Amino acid sequence: MIAIIDYGVGNLYSLSHSLDYIGIENCITRDEAIIRSAEKMILPGVGAFGDARRKLTETGMDRLVVEKAKNGTPLLGICLGMQLLFEKSYEYGEHEGLKLLPGEICPLQQDLPGNLKVPHIGWNELKICRESPLTRYIREGDSVYYVHSYYAKGVGEKLVAASEYGVDVPGLVQKGNVFGAQFHPEKSGKVGLAILRAFGEVKGSC
Amino acid sequence: MIAKRIIPCLDVKNGRVVKGINFEGIQDVADPVEMAKYYNDTGADELVFYDITASHEGRSLFTDILKRTAAEVFIPLTVGGGIRDVSDFERVLSCGADKVSVNSGAIADPPLIERAARRYGDQCVVLSMDIKRVDGVFRLFAKGGRENTGIDALQWAHDGQERGAGELVVNSIDTDGVKKGFDLEMLSAIAERVSIPIIASGGAGCKEDFLTLFRQESRVDAGLAASIFHRKEVPIPVLKEYLAENGIPTRILKD
Repeated sequence: MIAIIDYGVGNLYSLSHSLDYIGIENCITRDEAIIRSAEKMILPGVGAFGDARRKLTETGMDRLVVEKAKNGTPLLGICLGMQLLFEKSYEYGEHEGLKLLPGEICPLQQDLPGNLKVPHIGWNELKICRESPLTRYIREGDSVYYVHSYYAKGVGEKLVAASEYGVDVPGLVQKGNVFGAQFHPEKSGKVGLAILRAFGEVKGSC
Repeated sequence: MIAKRIIPCLDVKNGRVVKGINFEGIQDVADPVEMAKYYNDTGADELVFYDITASHEGRSLFTDILKRTAAEVFIPLTVGGGIRDVSDFERVLSCGADKVSVNSGAIADPPLIERAARRYGDQCVVLSMDIKRVDGVFRLFAKGGRENTGIDALQWAHDGQERGAGELVVNSIDTDGVKKGFDLEMLSAIAERVSIPIIASGGAGCKEDFLTLFRQESRVDAGLAASIFHRKEVPIPVLKEYLAENGIPTRILKD
């Protein structure tokens, strides 16, 4: 079972339904016992980093998610949920992340040529940089749906796939059992469902 | 490279898709859930559902349609119609909408944009505008295009962005239903004033109209239409293939 971590941020309906649609058992929850027993976790999120980070702490989900991830439970962060996995964010101030992935979350605005709009909204193609369990069912050039104004920098070799938007925007990242998707797989049609299916097949180390 | 988006719009009344011509003469077209699945399978980049129901029964039919669609269609869904308060945002978001489009509700209560953006994020708030030339000035119209508010539409677009709207739908009443092409002059005037994504609406009659739109006004991010898609006059795969052949970045579905 995949626990979709509910810490009061964003709309989890589509994510849960997309997993239902491909036959992956899932549960939207903040119940510690359920999360402890889950085989995998998804950390969703939309909105601002600082607000989401505070809610993660208030609900106690930060400690639980980090502890379980460090023990080898596969974790997938989506959109803001991915950004939270990094060391630090500069969205409206400076905020510490969960530090499960190397790198920092920085504003797109200052790195883009003037003709590109922020937020980066819409479908963009993936350039696959290296093999990962998540790329199992997708191909170079497949399109996914992004909505974001900040992006991960300093990801290094943890980068799995990127999309070109003035800069190379990290789309998929992975460090061991910790995965991240900047785009919304639950809104990326068949390609997104294929990525979720691949995550559903990842084996945990515990 | 980011793709230009093609967005079919489904006007839903009493559980059925309808489409007005110049906002009048409504004609039944099809079942919304089936139509949404068809568009998902044929490569639409997003879907817009407008609830044009007035009755309570119609509204509950609409939320039921939304839930059924969101359980089977995994592309972004924007929902509009009858959005007057944050509680309306909550109602449609909890049924599976990703973005919420406000029009008359924002005219009646402009801070609604800000309240919703703060709660759900800018990306969730789409400001939809019905615009018509009156004595050579772009004026904002309310109530489905029936009422001239007297508001300068260009200023309204700019203010909407400042309040936190994440995208704009620019619907030209002057070109809507006429099928002679999008209102490039109006779209350019809006693009001069805002930096958020712009969705062009009103006037598409053939695939060439979309090419002209994206070629002539590169600041437009998406094209929205209804009847030409519903009646299959312009099938989306044909449209996208045509745009791609002409150098416009599009998302082409692969097997």
